[in-house]
Amino acid sequence: MSVKVKEYRGTYYSRKDLEEGRVMAFKDRPEARYAWATGVAMGRFLAELKQGRIVGRKCRVCGRVLVPPRMFCEMCFRPTDEWVYVSDTGTVLTYSVSYLGPAAERLKEPIIIAVIQLDGASPGIGILHKLGEVKPEEVKVGMRVKAVWKPPEEREGAITDILYFRPVEEG
Amino acid sequence: MSVERSRLPDEIKHWYGDMICDYTYTLGIAGEKFFTGLKEGRILGTRCPRCGAVWVPPSIYCPDCFEELTEWVEVPDEGIVFSFTIAHAGPDGKPLQEPEIYAFILLDGADGGLLHKLGEVRPEEVYIGMRVKAVWAPEAERKGAITDIRYFKPVE
Amino acid sequence: MMASIKRKVAVIGAGITLFRRRLKETGRELSFYATKMALEQAGITLDDVDAVVCGTAPDAFDGVHMKGEYLADGMGGHRRPFVRVYVGGGTGVFTPIAAWWHVASGHFDIVLAVAEEKMSSCFPHPQKAFTTIFDPIYTRPLGANLVWIFALEMQRYMHVHGVKKEQIATIAVKNKRNALDHPCAQLPAKITVKDVLESEVMVWPVQRLDISPPSDGAAAVVMAAEHVAKQLTDDPVWMEGVGWCLDSTYWTNRDLYYPKYVEYAARMAYKMAGIKNPPKEIDVAEPYDPFDYKEAHHAEGLMLARKGEYLKDVKDEDDIFAKYGRDGDLPICPSGGLLGVGNPIAAAGMMKVCEIFWQLRKEAGKRQVKNDPRTGVAQAWGDLMQVGTVMVMRV
Repeated sequence: MSVKVKEYRGTYYSRKDLEEGRVMAFKDRPEARYAWATGVAMGRFLAELKQGRIVGRKCRVCGRVLVPPRMFCEMCFRPTDEWVYVSDTGTVLTYSVSYLGPAAERLKEPIIIAVIQLDGASPGIGILHKLGEVKPEEVKVGMRVKAVWKPPEEREGAITDILYFRPVEEG
Repeated sequence: MSVERSRLPDEIKHWYGDMICDYTYTLGIAGEKFFTGLKEGRILGTRCPRCGAVWVPPSIYCPDCFEELTEWVEVPDEGIVFSFTIAHAGPDGKPLQEPEIYAFILLDGADGGLLHKLGEVRPEEVYIGMRVKAVWAPEAERKGAITDIRYFKPVE
Repeated sequence: MMASIKRKVAVIGAGITLFRRRLKETGRELSFYATKMALEQAGITLDDVDAVVCGTAPDAFDGVHMKGEYLADGMGGHRRPFVRVYVGGGTGVFTPIAAWWHVASGHFDIVLAVAEEKMSSCFPHPQKAFTTIFDPIYTRPLGANLVWIFALEMQRYMHVHGVKKEQIATIAVKNKRNALDHPCAQLPAKITVKDVLESEVMVWPVQRLDISPPSDGAAAVVMAAEHVAKQLTDDPVWMEGVGWCLDSTYWTNRDLYYPKYVEYAARMAYKMAGIKNPPKEIDVAEPYDPFDYKEAHHAEGLMLARKGEYLKDVKDEDDIFAKYGRDGDLPICPSGGLLGVGNPIAAAGMMKVCEIFWQLRKEAGKRQVKNDPRTGVAQAWGDLMQVGTVMVMRV
């Protein structure tokens, strides 16, 4: 705002104004459908999930093991070199408790989400997933967790073949 | 980059999904007046005080002069076919049983006009420069939409 | 590289609409209001404009594909060199950066930079459109909501530095209160830390009052080459530094506690402006604040505070106003920020550029900072915890 300007424009309306026809609007629902190519790295990653394994790619120059895998190292800008299996256990790097679904709808039961560094992946290389079998107030950064898989016959080659990660006690 | 052949017979090549959102497009300041006008059987435009252009569909600004337009004028529901096309396929790409004629109609007295359907005329009879007039939906059926005009038909 | 740029560029006018959850005007009509005001404030007409740069965030908000082309005539881009630039939420500051190089290159003398967003079109809530920015194969099947990534980042920031939610909430208190003096503001309010901490939990640790709202709105600035600017105005505000930087889209593969990409963008802008000690040399700042913790996160990225120390001595409302209020040590978000004024994505970033312009021109009225500001910085951020855009302005 400048002191030189006296009027700022724009006409507010409420959702009620819309519902009761005081604002004219046209409604539409574009439905675009896609078949996204998975590419080499993601295709293998998904296929391995179906087998109950998690695979990454290693860059021999920077030494990083990248999960999810990709065929090039964005830091060294060269092809990655080899497939590396990583463990389905790991450490919580950060977490959150979501009361919102994808369209901002309120969830009855909150879900816990976390960035998890899997054992065998390089430090700081995390994946996003859910946590389960744990109460929100019990989750800590640094907590050890393990994947809970769908039964093999129900897996479809998707990130959701892992149902969630649960805490593990380690002695 | 090495292109590797898939080593697993069930490697996943595609992932299917969608991007579906619901939208509510407000008609805006100019749009509300224009579509309210259609409901009343009138075609409205705005006149630029600087260049004199009459914009249909109306705009609250002149795109050429960038003047704010506040003078509303009613233009006749008659004009000429400026260009036209004959559609043999629908929006889904499937063949239509009867071809449809779409035209850009330059309205009398306006620096612009409407994209609309032509009716009561055979495709082979349409020509650029042909005079046409709006055929309106009955008043009770009008909704404040572009379809309040059913189509344009040739006039003598 | 930068030493070769000889042409100075000034901002000579700014315009803005109201920011609201829903505005009746179409995106083009809103763009027209903001653009027309910017031209009038600069004392010129569209005939004087050589080119137009448009900034607007995903097409999925307005629900119009190729939104730049759709908006063009409302932005004065009709029959002119016109281009849309887009770096997610960073777009609002990137738009005047792109306009800057249009002029600095010597190719144009007067260029408009206009940003627009109409998030209300996406119904009932623009969050649905936000979900399509995630990786469709890896992230969307988990049911991701955009607030997740902010919550994960906020948690990491708090964990690494031992920052408390009570401290972060003071930022929301400050910005919403500052917005009481902004005539375009959508959510100005006098609230307390307690109100923030007791507001509805969205995605822990993010609560209702930690977040800026979705909005409709537009904002614009006019930029001119030195010789033209000096003819047109006695008060040009010079764009002395620009910087931008993008990190990888693999946001789970980096430590979210610190936005290194913002630091890189800031270093680029500061080097160009000859700034060596940012907290001493910058008088007023508008870091991007879509969430309250983001102000701290970005102020640290802008090197206005050391890592983790933005809120070091801030325990309550009084502390934050003493440090970062309009008469504080270093005024931060005197506009009221996105938290108070609203968040029509690209227009919100542009609002920050407008605010620095008005602050440096001493035209900010009740919002005017008290330290006789000479140098200001505006910053925006966006994409998947990924983009920093920075602009240094001086009088």
